[in-house]
Amino acid sequence: MTHITVTVDGVKYADQVEPRLLLVHYLREVVGKTGTPVGCDTSNCGACTVLMDGQSVKSCSVLAVQADGSDVTTIEGLANGELHPVQRAFHEEHALQCGYCTPGMIMAATDLLRDNPHPTEEEIRDGLEGNLCRCTGYENIVRAVKRAAEAGVAQ
Amino acid sequence: MTATIDTPAAELGRARLRKEDAKLITGQTNWTDNIKLTGMLHLAFLRSPYAHAKITRVDVSGALSQPGVIAAFSGADFAGEQGSLPCAWPVTPDIVIPPHPPMAVDEVRYVGEAVAVVVARDRYAAADALASIDVDYEPLPPVLDIRTALDEDSPKVHDAGNKSYEWVFANGDVDAAFRDAPVVLERNYRQQRLIPCAMEPRAVVAQWIGDEVTLWSATQIPHVLRFALSAFFGIPEQNVRVIAPDVGGGFGSKLQVTAEEVLAVLIGRKVGKPVKWNESRTEGNQTVHHGRDQWQRIKIAADTDGRIRGLEVDLLADMGAYLMLVTPGVPLLGAFMFPAIYKMDAYSFKCTGVFTTKMPTDAYRGAGRPEATFAIERIMDELADSLGIEPLELRERNWIKHEEFPYTTICGLTYDSGNYEAATAKAKVLFDYDGLREEQRLRNERGDKVRLGIGISTFTEMCGLAPSRVLGSLSYGAGGWESASIRMLPTGKVEVVTGSSAHGQGHETAWSQIVADQLGVPFEDIRVLHGDTQVSPKGMDTYGSRSLAVGGIALVGACDKVVAKAKIIAAAMLEASEDDLEFSAGRFSVKGDPEASKSIQEVALATFAAHALPDGVEPSLDSDATYDPDNFSFPHGTHLCATEVDTETGFVKIRSYVAVDDVGVVVNPLIVEGQVHGGIAQGIAQALYEEGVYDDAGNLLTTTLADYLVPSAADLPSYKTERTETPASNRLGVKGVGEAGTIASTPAVVNAIVDALRPFGVRDVTMPCTPERVWRAIQAVQSSEQSGGAA
Repeated sequence: MTHITVTVDGVKYADQVEPRLLLVHYLREVVGKTGTPVGCDTSNCGACTVLMDGQSVKSCSVLAVQADGSDVTTIEGLANGELHPVQRAFHEEHALQCGYCTPGMIMAATDLLRDNPHPTEEEIRDGLEGNLCRCTGYENIVRAVKRAAEAGVAQ
Repeated sequence: MTATIDTPAAELGRARLRKEDAKLITGQTNWTDNIKLTGMLHLAFLRSPYAHAKITRVDVSGALSQPGVIAAFSGADFAGEQGSLPCAWPVTPDIVIPPHPPMAVDEVRYVGEAVAVVVARDRYAAADALASIDVDYEPLPPVLDIRTALDEDSPKVHDAGNKSYEWVFANGDVDAAFRDAPVVLERNYRQQRLIPCAMEPRAVVAQWIGDEVTLWSATQIPHVLRFALSAFFGIPEQNVRVIAPDVGGGFGSKLQVTAEEVLAVLIGRKVGKPVKWNESRTEGNQTVHHGRDQWQRIKIAADTDGRIRGLEVDLLADMGAYLMLVTPGVPLLGAFMFPAIYKMDAYSFKCTGVFTTKMPTDAYRGAGRPEATFAIERIMDELADSLGIEPLELRERNWIKHEEFPYTTICGLTYDSGNYEAATAKAKVLFDYDGLREEQRLRNERGDKVRLGIGISTFTEMCGLAPSRVLGSLSYGAGGWESASIRMLPTGKVEVVTGSSAHGQGHETAWSQIVADQLGVPFEDIRVLHGDTQVSPKGMDTYGSRSLAVGGIALVGACDKVVAKAKIIAAAMLEASEDDLEFSAGRFSVKGDPEASKSIQEVALATFAAHALPDGVEPSLDSDATYDPDNFSFPHGTHLCATEVDTETGFVKIRSYVAVDDVGVVVNPLIVEGQVHGGIAQGIAQALYEEGVYDDAGNLLTTTLADYLVPSAADLPSYKTERTETPASNRLGVKGVGEAGTIASTPAVVNAIVDALRPFGVRDVTMPCTPERVWRAIQAVQSSEQSGGAA
């Protein structure tokens, strides 16, 4: 077992973990952040995307021990009293149906807009290539990211 | 008959933002995988690495000594209680339905079939201990190709042979239609095997308390599952509760009674603790039922003016290794859809269900209807080409005209409403059909490297599953009704209970809109409950685009009953005769005296108090209604796709995609548009990207999302969608939208690719139309032309 200290959604956690424990399982089963789901085993689907020190990572492809000392933001910590503009845009554009990909999609979109505050449609599509959705056909996800960009998420 | 709505239609047709979203966008969800119970143990299944083998020995003892392991079992440990997973659709009297034990005992018949299970204190320990189980197999030859599986010398999947059933249908004089027909075309199309890939992997939790069991499952069908656990596995129905918490997509793949659900219940009882299983994506791709997998032979006879005389369809359908819940019935849902929107004199259909050593197939978005629509829309383009008739013109010459509805098709279905002219006209404008045809002509003349193709799909489908009598006549094992209840709470708020369990469709929003209109209560005051057999005791669940067209009508019936009861009480409160009351926008008022009125909320409170109810009136406004439709509903539309096909690389780019759908009256256009988008994406995925591939030994090669290409945002185009509206003949005028996009879009895309390559002599590209396949299709024609000395 290895001792790690991780800040998750603003709260500091200190835990003993198996070195092989995936970050997503640490978040879900140790910290209880079940808002971040698991969709695949191969880091293709992106459902488990969280921000680690501000960068989006697929938490199924990060070991909990690699997150030692990091600041992790999950979908549960994104809203700050009120919905984050990307969350609001997903709601307003009907960019989710079953909602399973949504936490990862929102986190990936948030990171995308930090890198590129005013993306073109093509840049949005390319930027979200690592996040799969089976319900929406992506049309409204793209619209939502555009709307969030127009709302000035990135400032 | 069109929709009759007594109250002002304030909510119907309104683009309400969804109630469901608040928790989904903030991570406050309740997926089955989130559930943690005290003392809960975790399951991991050991699965067959062979497509076909005898099991000669299973030794689980090695696992028992591993850290954290509580128990381990093989199939033999369940032999007395595990029975057989049910098939609810024995389509013919002589169908072969082989036993399907949830855990294999003597023989495995596909890679991934469960052979042993470890029960451990956490999921890592359970997975680790699988390596300590010894299984001896005697490999048997796999059966992988349904085209040769019925040969006499083929190895057998089951002792009874590889044929499950043959189902036939015919109407009209098919021989006469084909005899002397000036044009007869025959084509063979391949419907590749697809893997549904709902984003949420399956998950199950089973908890026994005494002789009562609660099963949480990521399922589309909590009610059917409860019935099955009782009817087929001997647990008294009153002791079974099934809960479908938040469910992350289904597309038919969670319309199943799965081995893992049954085994979790049995294992939970054995170990006396709650147990949980959640699947990895690799397990899911191997063992969630697959879709499609047919070889289609379609033959069409026509006059020189393009009028269709007759149609003959002969299908081989891959059942996989066993018949699961509706496996054999899926091709039958397509049987009635090959004639589509077209008039003809005669039609015959034959389907042979064949066993292979692969994962069973079953319902996947569209279930039978995408296959049928693909074949007919593909061959219509071929017919147009061979007759030199513009493909839209050919379709119009044959389709049912708007003034001919209701129209009984050659299959005996009565299409109640539709207007193919209107949808097509709208689509042509939106698409700039004439402009793109002109551009195509110019590019062909110039001999461009990248060619433009235009694909058409004027589709219809049958949904709103289904009239129970029709299901009965097709040997289906259950009915097709749906239920709804209204609970009028004392404070005037409303709880709506629906038997149709949603997993992304937006029932909570749409049902609130319907009830808001019917009862005249605010949208915000309504809460919709579903997905728990203790809360919603009756239902037939969600599949086949049935929720609104069946469950929505049940809901209106339940509202009627509330209003009727409330009217009696309101009349007493107003000291008026019931006959003198009218109900509008949530108020009962005396005709001619609008001051004398009571709101439905006031009536609810008075009913709760029950101080002054008329004699014989029960102190409850609650109601319960079921609805069994007398017909299917028939959404239709015109989808147009423009592809740019690089003839040097085979790369296909969808340049534009237009969908004009007629799904009847729309409750919430936002939800409808979303369903159309997602449906189109899934159909494009079949056309261009996805295929479940087994190797020669019967190993699934596409076990991950790296191998099985579920498209991303970067792989898909933007869609232009519009609607036309011909109301269905039910009380809301609604048809259903869940599958339309998927049914329509696959042939639109492939027709566009073939259309781009017609100048090269290409007449078909097998799906998925990958760059390699497109390139090879061009090369094949060119090399045959060279060797044949053609011009």
